[in-house]
Amino acid sequence: MATVELRFSALPAHVRTARLVAAAVARQAGVDESILDEVRLAVGEACSRAVGLHQRNGVSSPVRVKLVQQEKRFLIEVGDGVPTPATAHADSNAEEALSFAEANTSAKSGARTGGNGDQATDDTMGLAVISGLVDDLVIGHDEDGGLIRMSWPVADPADDDLP
Amino acid sequence: MDLSLSTRSVGDRTVVEVGGEIDVYTAPKLREQLVELVNEGHYHLIVDMEGVDFLDSTGLGVLVGGLKRVRAHEGSLRLVCNQERILKIFRITGLTKVFPIHGSVDEAVAAND
Repeated sequence: MATVELRFSALPAHVRTARLVAAAVARQAGVDESILDEVRLAVGEACSRAVGLHQRNGVSSPVRVKLVQQEKRFLIEVGDGVPTPATAHADSNAEEALSFAEANTSAKSGARTGGNGDQATDDTMGLAVISGLVDDLVIGHDEDGGLIRMSWPVADPADDDLP
Repeated sequence: MDLSLSTRSVGDRTVVEVGGEIDVYTAPKLREQLVELVNEGHYHLIVDMEGVDFLDSTGLGVLVGGLKRVRAHEGSLRLVCNQERILKIFRITGLTKVFPIHGSVDEAVAAND
């Protein structure tokens, strides 16, 4: 069972709430303070992506966030309700984002981009940020839709006893 | 924390001072501000991010969109940022190669391509 489970309507305003909850639970679980910013950002990216997917696909079910305190890891799962079998690996998306960034270096035209293009760009950039931040990352799916699993180490309480 | 925006002119540059959190909820406000400035003929923008507490990829997308808009008018978009946690996001996404990032507004104002 998840330590804390969160379900929220796919609205941008709730993503901040998810970030705050995730950071608070991670801190309580023993995730080092220096990593909390990364946890907050990664969860925010995963939730923003899920919100965007729900809105673009007209999915009314909530976005799912599970925060699980394990013995040595703190695990976060962010699930969307969009069945997408073609979930590319994060690294390839990071490469896409980088090529996108390079393409923009020389972009002199295209001042007005279409909404869908911007959304796809945000999505790609979001995955690039997550994959750049999180070492232990799996982008897959479960029976409800896409699922992003991320984990971080937690401080071992036994370490405190060492001289 | 919400997003705060204020603009001021320094010479031929327009400085947009941003504070608070730039995320999927607040980024549209920043996008509107940048679009409005460009529509009003401000093509040399400096976005001061020293007061930004949080930035995600949606915010990055808005900045890239702003850059594309000013470049269409032979303009420029420079960033001011000294915060490591914000700079890290630009590095991860390769955007340090896209945006000139300065340590202060004065430095950005003085910079030329």
